[in-house]
Amino acid sequence: MTRETALNLALALALPAFVASAYVAEEPFLITLATRAAILALAATGLNLALGFGGLVSFGHAAFFGIGGYATGILASHAQDYTPLMESPFLIEGTQAMLIHWPVGMIAAGCAALVIGALSLRTSGVYFIMITLAFAQMFYYFAISWPAYGGEDGLPLYLRSSFPGMNTLQPLPFFTLVFVVLILAIGFCGMLSASRFGLALHGARQTPARLVAAGIGPFGVRMTAFVISAMLTALAGSLFADLNRFVSPSMMSWHLSGELIVLVILGGVGRLFGPLAGAMLYVAIEHVAGGLTDHWQFFVGLLLLAVVLFARGGLIGLLAGERGHV
Amino acid sequence: MSEPVLKAGGLVKSFGAVVATDSVSLTLNDGEIHALIGPNGAGKSTLIKQITGELTQDSGSIEFAGKPLDGLTPQARARAGLGRSFQVSALMPEMSALQNVVLAAMVKEGGPYRFFRPVLAPGPLRDVAEAALDRVGLSTRAGARVAHLSHGERRQVEIAAALALGPRALLLDEPMAGMDPEGAARLTTLLEGLRHEAPILLVEHDMDAVFRLADRISVLVAGRIIAQGHPDEIRRDPAVRAAYLGDAP
Repeated sequence: MTRETALNLALALALPAFVASAYVAEEPFLITLATRAAILALAATGLNLALGFGGLVSFGHAAFFGIGGYATGILASHAQDYTPLMESPFLIEGTQAMLIHWPVGMIAAGCAALVIGALSLRTSGVYFIMITLAFAQMFYYFAISWPAYGGEDGLPLYLRSSFPGMNTLQPLPFFTLVFVVLILAIGFCGMLSASRFGLALHGARQTPARLVAAGIGPFGVRMTAFVISAMLTALAGSLFADLNRFVSPSMMSWHLSGELIVLVILGGVGRLFGPLAGAMLYVAIEHVAGGLTDHWQFFVGLLLLAVVLFARGGLIGLLAGERGHV
Repeated sequence: MSEPVLKAGGLVKSFGAVVATDSVSLTLNDGEIHALIGPNGAGKSTLIKQITGELTQDSGSIEFAGKPLDGLTPQARARAGLGRSFQVSALMPEMSALQNVVLAAMVKEGGPYRFFRPVLAPGPLRDVAEAALDRVGLSTRAGARVAHLSHGERRQVEIAAALALGPRALLLDEPMAGMDPEGAARLTTLLEGLRHEAPILLVEHDMDAVFRLADRISVLVAGRIIAQGHPDEIRRDPAVRAAYLGDAP
């Protein structure tokens, strides 16, 4: 077992261990906190696929997070109001089922990523960052100016969406569900990374000219990664809506895009468990330093500075050393 | 003789007032090494880029394996069987030598859009890549990270990658550049044996290598081919001696 594998295992066990002790100590708030970390980790895992593997610094992933959130919010709000989503040409009813919310949000985000990617992936560097940001801002202002679903005030949900055989309103089952989804997503990314497509994607980041010489166009590879990345982040957004039982345009704001980038960098860019490490660290700082001062983000800034200056590989790089061959 | 594998006719490329390629025609036949030589700034790289598709010629046409290449992207030209190496080594630095070659072998073995099986799992893809590494004499270094390889070894990986593509022709842009004499000699021996696997269009400054390897030589000066022929003819050609060999022995 390599050092990174051991570290990954420890990271994967840390959150359930924390939740188990919170459960024993009857601190449901801490379980919710861990759930929040897991959801942010899932969103950042999605971003890591584009940013870490593909070298695509998307500053617009909040759009996909928000699309996932609104998919849940819109479907659930129609279910709770007993109003159909659409009557003609055919009837679509709202639903509380997560198993419908997730694919709807993911497909919607995937379609949005196709459009955003079609334009932004023709550019690189700062232009790519700015175009993804611009698109996310468009979604943000669209959500603000859409009164049917709460507009600026957001959209409260009375219940958490349902999952077969589970009471999702209780913190522990909901955490378990989120955590299983997170681990599956990380496993999926690990599988991708080791696959042919993953090798091509890592290649598109390292030396695109070599990829071209191998007969592989970087655009298609990047686009595929961008779409999958958006879908994973949308899944996180959908769960985030259920966690808070509230959806608002702030899910799409550039702050959230920035936060996701920070999570990836803190944990270790392109490291499979980096987003989880980053999210746990971030939520811990938010909770601990947030209890001391309103300006807790100052500490995040300090930490980010330290990572960028002294530990480019993030937390994982610091503890497990250089990344393997990819 | 059968149709040439690569046939460029009347290529012209200018940048503003500078004519970098001035009605250049050349062919590459099966089983031969055709060397392209010329002083710095003669337009060799510009010519190569038109063949690989990185630049589009202003006029003229390029035919490869019986089909026109015009309008094809560089990756489509690679898929058609145009293998290449870069003047400055361009490999994936964070990957192993084997991963670099596997990447090049993918297109022939089903393409990169496979998401589930590990890319290095035993199978035809890996076999092709390992055979190519073996061909260039680098199988012992297959697992080493490219960033940790010597300059000469990287050159070998580049050639292995070009071979793994299953090329109809190889376009090697100064493969000897920066190599010590011993490494250059080893590479020369390797290239000598490769010509029957795929004909080689060789851009090279190392004249020992060129005169030892080439079946034909084209001399490019200021965008024009001033002489073309057998190495002995080129050596005797007064225009070549004046323009090139005299300046840069």
